[in-house]
Formats: sequence, C-alpha cells, structure tokens
Amino acid sequence: MSAKLRSTISKVAPRVGIFVLILAVWYCVCRFTGIPKFILPSPGDVIGAFRDDWRLMLSHARVTLTETMIGLFVGILIGFLTAVLMDRFALVRKTVYPLIVVSQTIPTVAIAPMLVIWLGYEMLPKIVLIVLVVFFPIAISLLQGFSEVDKDTVNLMRSMGASRMQIFRYVKLPNSLGHFFSSLKISVSYAVVSAVVSEWIGGTEGLGCYMTRVRKSFASDKMFAVIILISVISLILIWLTEVIQHACMPWEKAHYHHRRTIE
Amino acid sequence: MAVLEVKNVTFSYDGVNKILNDVNLVLNDGELVCLLGVSGGGKTTLFNIIAGLLEPQQGQVLLNGEDITGQSGKVSYMLQKDMLLPYRTVEDNVALPLIIKGMKKKEAREKVGAYFEEFGIEGTQKRYPVELSGGMKQRAALLRTYLFSAQVALLDEPFSALDTLTKSEMHRWYLDVMDRIKLSTLFITHDVDEAILLSDRIYLLDGMGGLTDEIVIKEPKPRRKEFVLSEEFLQYKRDIIAKIYAGKTDV
Repeated sequence: MSAKLRSTISKVAPRVGIFVLILAVWYCVCRFTGIPKFILPSPGDVIGAFRDDWRLMLSHARVTLTETMIGLFVGILIGFLTAVLMDRFALVRKTVYPLIVVSQTIPTVAIAPMLVIWLGYEMLPKIVLIVLVVFFPIAISLLQGFSEVDKDTVNLMRSMGASRMQIFRYVKLPNSLGHFFSSLKISVSYAVVSAVVSEWIGGTEGLGCYMTRVRKSFASDKMFAVIILISVISLILIWLTEVIQHACMPWEKAHYHHRRTIE
Repeated sequence: MAVLEVKNVTFSYDGVNKILNDVNLVLNDGELVCLLGVSGGGKTTLFNIIAGLLEPQQGQVLLNGEDITGQSGKVSYMLQKDMLLPYRTVEDNVALPLIIKGMKKKEAREKVGAYFEEFGIEGTQKRYPVELSGGMKQRAALLRTYLFSAQVALLDEPFSALDTLTKSEMHRWYLDVMDRIKLSTLFITHDVDEAILLSDRIYLLDGMGGLTDEIVIKEPKPRRKEFVLSEEFLQYKRDIIAKIYAGKTDV
C-alpha cells in the first residue's frame, strides 16, 4: 500500500467509521426494542420516506433555498455597507454599534410571528428574518477586519499618496476577507435555519411548512428525512462558501504551505 | 545640487518636548546620506515629516526648491519592515505605487517586470511575499520604493531586521545597485559600520532634537571590499563614536 493511500485512509476512516457506528446503533435500537415508528423511525424508514417524497421535498427545498440566497445576499450587502459606514464615521460607529449588539439579544423565533403579521405569508417576512440574522456577524467581522489594519501599512500607503478609497481597496478590504469568510460560513447555516423557522410560522411552501405538516401527521420518518435534507443543504452551502473563499484568497495556499514548512 | 532640503524644522508631539529642534539638512543629487543616532532620537519623526505624514510646527521641506511641507506622495518612503502586502504577489506589491498613481494593472506589471533582474529577484513575480527570504523581501521593497519615485528615497533602517550575513550581502548589493540607478537616498541607521560603509555623508543626531555637523566619508564609490577593515574605516568609526558620546554626559 502506498504511503499516500494509507494517509488518506487514516484520515477518512475515523470520519466514516463514526457515521457507520451511529447508524448501526440506531438500527439496532429500532430493530430489537420494538419502539413504534412514530417515536423513532429506523434508518430504513427514513430512506423509504426519501424515496416516496423526494419530489415534494425538492420543490419545497427550492423555495427555502431561494429565500436563503436572497436573504444572504441582501444581508451581506447591508452588513458590508454598515461596516464601511462604521469604519469611516466614528459617529456612526458610536451610535449604531450598540444598537446592533442589543438587537442581537432579541430571539429570532420570537420576532418571526410579528414579521408574518406585518409582512404577510409570502417570502418577504422570511427574507427579512434571514437578513436580520445574517447582517450582524457580517458587519461585525468586516468592521474588525477594517480596523485591525496595520498602522504602518496605512502610513506607507499614505506616503505613496494613496487616497482613502485606495487604502480601503488595497489594504482594508483584502485584509478583512479572512474575517468575512469565517463569519459567512456561520451566517450561511444560520440563514438556512432561519428560513425554516420562519416557514414554521406561516406560509404554504418551503421545507419548514413541509416539516409542520409531517409533524402534525406523526410521520416521523419524513420528519427525520427533512431534517437530514436541511443539514445536507447547509453543508453544501458551507462547502460552496469555502470554494469561493479559496478563489477569492489565492494567497492563502502559499501561506498554508509556508506554515507547514516552518513546522 | 540639492534635491532635498530640510530647513529649520521643529516638531513636538505635545507642544512641550521638542523631538526635533531646528533641524537642517541637505541631500544632493545621487548622494547617499545617513542619519545616525540612538532609537527614540526623532529620526523616524523626521522621516514622517519629510514624507508628508506629519506637519512640523516650524520649518520647511523643499524638493527641488519647491515647498512640499505636509504633502505626502512626493518622496518614496521605505519603513523599517518590508511592508509587502501578504495578499498581493511580489509583482503586484512592487507595482502598487504605479497603480496608485493611476496606471493600469497590466501596464504596471509590464513596467515593473523589467526591473526584477536588476534587483536580483527575477522569477519571484508570481510568488507571494511569505515565500521569499528576508533579503529577497527587502530587495522587493526597495524596488517598490525606487519605482515610486526615482528621485528621492527615505529608508528607515532598511537592513536592521536581517541577519548579519544577509545584511553584509545586502550592503554590497545595495552599493552596486545604487551605483547604477543613482537614487538620491536619505537613510536611517543605528549601526555605525553600516553608516560608514554606505554613506557619502553622515549626520549625527545630538540627542537634543538637533543634528551635529556632518561627517564626510571620502572613500570613493564603488567601495572596495577591504574598506571595512582599513585604517581609514576605523578612524571614521572612532570619530563618530567619540562624537556620539560627547553629546551624552551620563555615559
């Protein structure tokens, strides 16, 4: 066996192993305790639910994904603008920053019903909720990235006659990308969860609505199936974020190799 | 002919303690002039003033006779660290001053590419700074400084972060490059040997915010390899050390 293959196996084996183990325990519990299906469906029941309902689930997933993507996009945009304004104007930072922090103590589950009352049962309240959830980590992480910039680097840029805009573009912005993507990875999974939670409250489409329906009919196998689907969607979005991050920060690779050679 | 003149510059951060007190200096065309003195003596403050990052309470900075006091973007300034941006390739780092002046990225890359060989960093264009050795980074930073303004450069302890061997290699390389590109340079160091080896003239900081008389190093350029071991070199060193201590009664 080649050394490379062996190292790959030693990396992958524990990850796959733990999943197989959980599945095996789950299966055995269902098989040998005679626990009713509506309390704990077996892995086989869940696969069956996927097989029976996948078309319906995918059509609901499309709605949820649309809300998530629009919410993410708008949230990032507002977060970015807020961070830029807070970085540029001390007055904005002093007034807006505490407001943002306080706003984050309000539980999203609690305002979702209000949003539905104000904005109706369509997509809008869901998107607004996602925006509210997403923009905070984005704004805070970008602001941190902007203000962490090395003072001497800014001085060097100034000595070259760089304008404020140029300093922002060539120093502050690339400097904050790492922070931005770390918070984006968290925001992405928050956004999916927020979309689902807001669909619980009201509406006719989306994975949240589907969840409410199958819960009311005690179809726990379908409940499990949709939970797994939501996790998979989050994982794919996080993975996509990482792909975009690598494309936007090509220097990371060189830094990674450099660190490894030092170690 | 004087390219850069500092006239009667006085500066204080708090309005009480004068970091710089009536400083005067002249940099002639193609000259390499050194400011030698202990840390905290106001050398970097003086550079910040010349670079236009700080404005003096009194006095003027003249570039080719034109008053540039408080204006940045006129002379190139290399800070103590190499200050290469870690997220830009070496060529994009070096091209930055040109891009800031409004040149297109592609054009700027072409222009800087021509200098890589001269500065001994050929082949590093597409690499990131983290992949370069300390000496290479310093060369890249010097090239960036040179490209910003081919007329006057301020170097703040450019070689102080390097190990001794790399440092002496950089000294030889630097004298060689300077001989060809004729960049008028004002540089800061606290290393007496470095000052004697590289400079045409040396100003000493007197420790009270002013400069002492200049010391002229008469050894012709390019300097011979044995110069650092010669009797003349040691004589310069004795003079300088005596002058530094003369200004300090408590040593």
